[in-house]
Formats: sequence, C-alpha cells, structure tokens
Amino acid sequence: MSPPDLSSRVVVDGVAVDVPRGVTVVAALVAANSLCTRRSVTGQRRFAFCGIGQCQECRVTVDGCANQLACGTICADGMTIATGGDW
Amino acid sequence: MKTLVHIVGSGPAGLSAARTALDAGARICLIDDNHAPGGQIWRGGPARWTDARARDAWNLLRGHPDCTVMQDAQVIGCGGSRTLLVETGGRGVPVPFERLVLCSGSRELSLPFPGWTLPGVTGAGGLQALIKGGMPVCGRRVVIAGTGPLLLATASTALRAGAHVAAIVEHQPWSRLSAFGFGLLSRHGRKFLQAASLFAELRGIPYVTGARLVEAQGEDVLRGVVVRTGDRDIDYACDFLAAGFGLVPNTDLARALGCEIVDGAIHVDDGQRTSRADIWAAGECTGIGGVDKAVAEGRIAALDALGLPPSGRDLPLRRASHAFAALLARTFAPGASLRAMCGPETIVCRCEDVTRARLLPHRDWREAKLATRVGMGPCQGKTCGAACAFLFGWSHEDARIPIMPATARALSDFAKQGEA
Ligand SMILES: Cc1cc2nc3c(=O)[nH]c(=O)nc-3n(C[C@H](O)[C@H](O)[C@H](O)COP(=O)(O)OP(=O)(O)OC[C@H]3O[C@@H](n4cnc5c(N)ncnc54)[C@H](O)[C@@H]3O)c2cc1C
Repeated sequence: MSPPDLSSRVVVDGVAVDVPRGVTVVAALVAANSLCTRRSVTGQRRFAFCGIGQCQECRVTVDGCANQLACGTICADGMTIATGGDW
Repeated sequence: MKTLVHIVGSGPAGLSAARTALDAGARICLIDDNHAPGGQIWRGGPARWTDARARDAWNLLRGHPDCTVMQDAQVIGCGGSRTLLVETGGRGVPVPFERLVLCSGSRELSLPFPGWTLPGVTGAGGLQALIKGGMPVCGRRVVIAGTGPLLLATASTALRAGAHVAAIVEHQPWSRLSAFGFGLLSRHGRKFLQAASLFAELRGIPYVTGARLVEAQGEDVLRGVVVRTGDRDIDYACDFLAAGFGLVPNTDLARALGCEIVDGAIHVDDGQRTSRADIWAAGECTGIGGVDKAVAEGRIAALDALGLPPSGRDLPLRRASHAFAALLARTFAPGASLRAMCGPETIVCRCEDVTRARLLPHRDWREAKLATRVGMGPCQGKTCGAACAFLFGWSHEDARIPIMPATARALSDFAKQGEA
C-alpha cells in the first residue's frame, strides 16, 4: 500500500478508489474494476483501445465535463469520473 | 535576432530536433499534446527515462531561455499557410511560424477481427501506452498478438508490470523471423543484442508463430481469445488482448498544411525538407523505423532548417536506420491472409459501428463514407481509414480541419482572432 500522500482519491461512477499519483483516468477505471468508458452508437460497451488519444474510444465525463479522453487525462485528488456516456 | 524554429511533437525526433536547434543558437517552440515529453517510446516523462539521449536533450531544453515548451497542447490544424491552430487548456491559440519541423510520429495499424471492440482488447502499442500511464495489470492474464517487434516490447512491459503473459502470437512464419534475425545480426549488431536479451527475458512464454486471430470472446468484457496456427485452434483465457499489426505514419497535420504524401508517409528529401519550403519532417511521420531513425532525422531536419549541413556522423546514422526500416517493412508487412480475420458482421468503424458487410458494396472510401458514415465519427477515420485501406485497397487521403476533435470554445477563439 502506498502512503496517502502518494495517492489520489477519485470517484468512479460513485465509487471511491485510491490510485497512485500521476496515473491516467484509465488506470483509475481498471482499479475500480470498471472496464467501460462509453456506449457505442449501437449500445455496445467500449473501453480504452489505442492508448494514445487517437481512437477516441475512451471518452468519459470528468468533473462534469463530457468527452474527456481517459487515456490522456491524469487523475487529480477529488476528481469525479462518469462512464457509459452514449455521445 | 535568433531564428525561431517551431517543432510539433516531443518524441525522440522532436527532442532531437529541439536539442540540435538550441545547440546551433536558435530559439525553439516545442508543441506536444501529451502532459509530459517523450512521445511513444519515452512515454511517461523524464523521471522514467533510461535512454541517455532523452535525458541529455531534456536537460538542455528545461529552463533554457530560448526554449518554449507547450505541453498538453494539441495542434488541431492550420489557419492560412503559416499559422498553427493550437488548443490548450480549453482555449484556441493561433501560433504563427516561419520554420516548422513536423515530428508527429505514428499510430498503430489495427485490423478488425470478431470481438475486437470488446472492453479489454487494445492495440499492442496501446497496451504499452496504457501500462506506462499506470493501468494496473498485476496478476491479470494478457495475450499479445499481431505482427512486429512491438509485440515483444509490449510483452516485456506487461511482464515487468506483473502481468501473466499467456502467449505472444506472431503472424509471420518462423522462417521469415529467422531471416530477420540474420538480417539484424549481419547489419545491426546492437539491435540483434537487444532482441536477444528481450527473448531471454521472455523465455517461458509461449511464442506462437505463423498464426492469426480468430476471435476475441466475451459478453460484455473480454474473457478469452481463439488463435489459429496451421489447422489447429488454440484457446487462451485472458483479461487483456493486445493486438497490433504495425504502425502507420501520422500525416494528418502535414496533409492539412499541404505537404506531399507518398506511400502514406510525409515525403522528404536528403535535408528532411517536405514539399513546402518552410516545413521539414522527421521521425516516424516520414516512415516507420524506430527511435534511431527518429533521432537521426530530427537532427538533420533542425540543421537544414537553420541552413546548416549535417555533420559527418549524421548521414551514416540515418543510412543505417533506413536499412533497418527496410528490413522491418520486408519482414513484418501484414500479409493479405489477415483480411480473412474480418468477417461480414465484424465492425470495421468503431465510432459508427459500421460492419464489413455494409462497406463491401462500395467502390471507394468517399462513397462508403457518404453511404455508411464510416470514418465520420470522432476519430475521423484514424483507426478505420488504415483498416479499410488494408481490407479494400481504398485510399483515404483527405484531411479535414480540425484534425482532432476540438472544443467549440477553442474554435470560436480562432474565429475571433481571424485565424480560422
Ligand atoms: C502506441 C505506440 C507505442 C509504441 N511503443 C514503443 C515502444 O515501447 N518501444 C519502441 O521501440 N517503439 C515504440 N513505438 C514506436 C515509436 O513510435 C518509435 O520508436 C519512436 O517513438 C518514434 O519517435 P517519433 O519522435 O517519430 O514519434 P513519437 O514518439 O510518436 O512522438 C510524436 C509526438 O508528437 C505528438 N503529436 C502528434 N501529432 C500532434 C499534434 N497534432 N499536436 C500535438 N502533438 C502531436 C504525439 O502525441 C507524440 O508525443 C510505439 C509506437 C506507438 C504508436
């Protein structure tokens, strides 16, 4: 376990998880056991795919702001992340 | 007044160009969309770097009075011929340039197969990047499949992060891989040693060659994968499947700027000059060849942009890296048989959920786009464009601004400033 000052607490769909400082939102999603970022146009569950901000599969809502790429967004203490958006 | 050089991309090519330009007494502005410098191979930022070339470049750049670094800044296109449109912090900032070096790198070639849209399936370089971003894989079962040296690099990263790598599945047959090994041994001794130590690190992991993916299985998330070798099917249970079939140059920005593209890469001459007199290009955006090619080309591009000749060491280094690139291309070109992975009901365009069957009746990319919305979603064909080129031979040469999704606020900022 890392000491509290080396981790950030984020909330994924209402569930709080502690993650090491500096990791991406994708890391927080996997830590929260939530392999979902968005719903596709036909309703399929999708998750991070290319890892480098090209494919746009990992869009989530961060602190109320939609369309944020989970692979390129770094977790900040107190951040709230909502998944399953179908936009 | 010192000459100002703008550089897009802070991977090995961009850092090498930046360092060279500063050493030669120029001012530089380095623009990159990641939160830390390093590009793909040096992802994760300075604290994690082991390559001395990355550290040396960064030590010179950091805090240098003639160096401006714009991190978390995405070039979304151009306004007029000499202004970059940059989105950063949710705002749109026009950045005028006189000399521009494009070091925009590459992205992965992902080929469709049944189940490739399931959560848990990623690119091969994709899994690399996600693990480097802190995605926990400790204790998880991982299968790595496709073709190319990135499969081994990804396996090593996954292993070090504590994953259980169930198998590495390489599409090329063993005969071709051993020819590659001999090619390395005879011309690229250092790379041969690297490959050998990688193999030593990965010993014990099943390395299946001459194989292809049949399907990724699972209801809502990935549970396992089926792989075919000869007439035998093998099942692996896994939590992550990393599938990658090589890399393609990132040319969207170059296209938008009007640079000539040949065979999918930015066309450059001996001085790394593009078809535009004020734009140079270096690294994987001019052709796939790895870190040494990027570093060598970045140096030559910066020198040429400043009207300086390359040094006696630069040209042989670039020549060797191009020979390696040619060996890579010969060995790992995805074979036509991989088209068979994609069934009629397999989704090809992940943004618009367009299947192969729906694409099949169309003659070209343009017609298919209009009829099915393939390539019209948020990624603008960055994934399915190359897949369709492979599956149907369609070219997808169009570049639209913005080249990446941008906020309305950034676009209105440009409009207000009269640049868009
Ligand atoms: C997903 C992936 C993972 C890889 N992993 C490895 C690996 O582990 N080991 C290995 O040997 N090779 C790896 N490679 C190959 C690697 O690309 C090369 O070895 C090397 O990094 C190429 O250097 P480069 O400077 O040309 O490009 P890159 O390192 O790709 O750098 C390009 C930079 O430009 C930025 N950029 C591009 N367009 C824009 C824009 N419009 N606005 C702002 N910034 C932009 C990119 O975000 C990136 O930071 C990987 C490639 C990919 C695609």
